Amino acid sequence: MFDIDIWQEILATIKKNKMRTFLTGFSVAWGIFMLMILLGSGNGLSNGVAANFMNDAVNAMWIWNGETTIAYEGMKTGRPISFQNQDQDIVSKVSGVGASSGRYFMGNTRYSYGKESGEYTTITCQPALRDVENLILNEGRFINQIDILQNRKIVVIGTDIKTALFKDSTALGEYVNINMVPFKVVGICSEPGSTRNRNAYMPLSTAQMIFNGSNKIHNLALTINASTLEESQAIEEQIRTALGKKHKFDPKDEGAIGLYNKLENYIQTMKIFQAIKIFIWIIGIGTLIAGIVGVSNIMLIVVKERTKEIGIRKAIGASPSSVIGLILLESIMITTIAGYIGLVLGTGLMEMINYFMMQSAVPATDQSETIFMNPTVDINIAVYSTLLLIIAGAFAGYIPAKRAASIKPIVALRDE
Amino acid sequence: MIRLNNIHKSYEMGSSSLHVLKGIDLHIEQGDFVSIMGSSGSGKSTLLNILGMLDNYDNGTYHLSGNLIANMSEKKAAKLRNEMVGFVFQSFNLISFKNAMENVALPLYYKGVPRKKRNLIALEYLDKLGLKEWANHMPNEMSGGQKQRVAIARALISQPKIILADEPTGALDSANSYEVMDILREINDDGITVIIVTHEHDIAAMTSQIIRLNDGRIHEIIRNGELKQFQKEYIHGLETA
Ligand SMILES: Nc1ncnc2c1ncn2[C@@H]1O[C@H](COP(=O)(O)OP(=O)(O)OP(=O)(O)O)[C@@H](O)[C@H]1O
Ligand SMILES: [Mg+2]
Repeated sequence: MFDIDIWQEILATIKKNKMRTFLTGFSVAWGIFMLMILLGSGNGLSNGVAANFMNDAVNAMWIWNGETTIAYEGMKTGRPISFQNQDQDIVSKVSGVGASSGRYFMGNTRYSYGKESGEYTTITCQPALRDVENLILNEGRFINQIDILQNRKIVVIGTDIKTALFKDSTALGEYVNINMVPFKVVGICSEPGSTRNRNAYMPLSTAQMIFNGSNKIHNLALTINASTLEESQAIEEQIRTALGKKHKFDPKDEGAIGLYNKLENYIQTMKIFQAIKIFIWIIGIGTLIAGIVGVSNIMLIVVKERTKEIGIRKAIGASPSSVIGLILLESIMITTIAGYIGLVLGTGLMEMINYFMMQSAVPATDQSETIFMNPTVDINIAVYSTLLLIIAGAFAGYIPAKRAASIKPIVALRDE
Repeated sequence: MIRLNNIHKSYEMGSSSLHVLKGIDLHIEQGDFVSIMGSSGSGKSTLLNILGMLDNYDNGTYHLSGNLIANMSEKKAAKLRNEMVGFVFQSFNLISFKNAMENVALPLYYKGVPRKKRNLIALEYLDKLGLKEWANHMPNEMSGGQKQRVAIARALISQPKIILADEPTGALDSANSYEVMDILREINDDGITVIIVTHEHDIAAMTSQIIRLNDGRIHEIIRNGELKQFQKEYIHGLETA
């Protein structure tokens, strides 16, 4: 049955019935095209927002000290809480907490090398900070555990500092003076999604020893291992309780310590995007159904229109299966080609938008927070939805075709 | 060849039923040239459609070349139609989006003859009917007589044993009618059974056997010998009119 003859027969029929072919094809192509654009836009939106979150580790958490706002065990409100090195150990012991880094703020510090000098922010930290903030190391290395243990006088400087102080000469291995103390440059880094790289990183232990002498820290940066909102909130809860016990404040006291849970934020945002995605899918499925209804309608009309022709064919010896095959193969051929065209145009348009966005993103050096990124559609989804439309079209054609093929030829011939 | 035994046929219309064929007994031999006459509504077309397996009957038996035609699957009926019968309709029933050659070739498509070969054969048949130059014309570009000749070529191409024609000249003027009848006569001379339904006495008089239907029954059968008489009577009728 699948010889070349049946295709020639179908091709001849299609050629002679251009309007009908066009209408069927258009409704399919349009449905797929719209679906691709919808899904592509949805993907672009959520890809864009997800990329913004990726500037730091999505499971990052920052804790900083504050003042109590709830009276606790006879102590008045307004009591300042301050962190020491032991607090990092307390937090690290909470289950679910991954890497952590204490941070001590030195405020603006004066960096000088040769004749060049400038004021930059010094962040004193531990090796884990690199993971929490997703720092990009352009040259050299980051602070390691030995630096911490030996209180080494080393520093990792941001690219802007390097350019300002060293120009084109190498900085690695050179000594810069930080507040008149010489530190060896071991690495040059930049922050993801940022154009200002004016921070320098120095071992926490070194800074405490040289510039302050105490074991005070201002801030803790850490990563947590949680996959749900509930898990991450439980970890947050435990950290508050543990620190509350040590510093004697109510775990519910939001002012005593500040805490930013990026994961919580991330999960919430992703939930919103999930909702948007579902919404887009509903519209997409609606579009698809409209396409299916369109194809079904046309197939019904086609079979009705061809009843007489079917009668003639049967009178001269067409079997019912050859009649069904003729109508179905024609429908499948039209929907396949049209679906493919819609697919190519739809994904092509989204790829083109993607291409131009990439082009225009280059001069802006990704400083802007883009909300739209990679608006392309998973090829599997695209192919499956096209297949669905083809199958639906075939099914919609099958029922009336079968009915027409099984009626007595004389009844079909009588049809006007 | 064709053997009808007490054939009954009714049309159901809602609650009522119209008894159209009320017991038809009929023998037609291979090579006969038969016309069926009768007043409008007497069941001529119904009978012809049953003979051509386009419609089924309610009671009785119908044997075609020894095969009982009853309760056949559509598939088997289609095959038998393709092998045994060629149809010529009053309204031609050509497929409008196919040209003359493609229309003629279509029965061979259902026989599985390759495209090139069946188109060549179709051209041969069109040539026989004097329509070679019209091979690439669409039906709506042709006259009624030409369309009917295309339809006859289509009926002939599968080399059937029987040609069934329901008022083949009904839509044609007399010149074209006689031309079509000449063609049918030639076909009959080749040994093919030809059965036509007609209203016109002069058309019927060109056949070798006339079956007169009256109210669903066979009223009379006029055979060869008597046909001379019929022709004489008919001409006499014309002269006195
Ligand atoms: N499909 C049908 N449904 C119901 N009644 C029908 C159907 N086909 C024919 N009839 C009726 O059956 C009777 C016989 O019809 P048929 O077509 O056989 O007549 P006919 O002899 O060919 O007449 P005509 O010379 O007008 O063509 C008529 O009364 C007609 O109305
Ligand atoms: Mg009739």
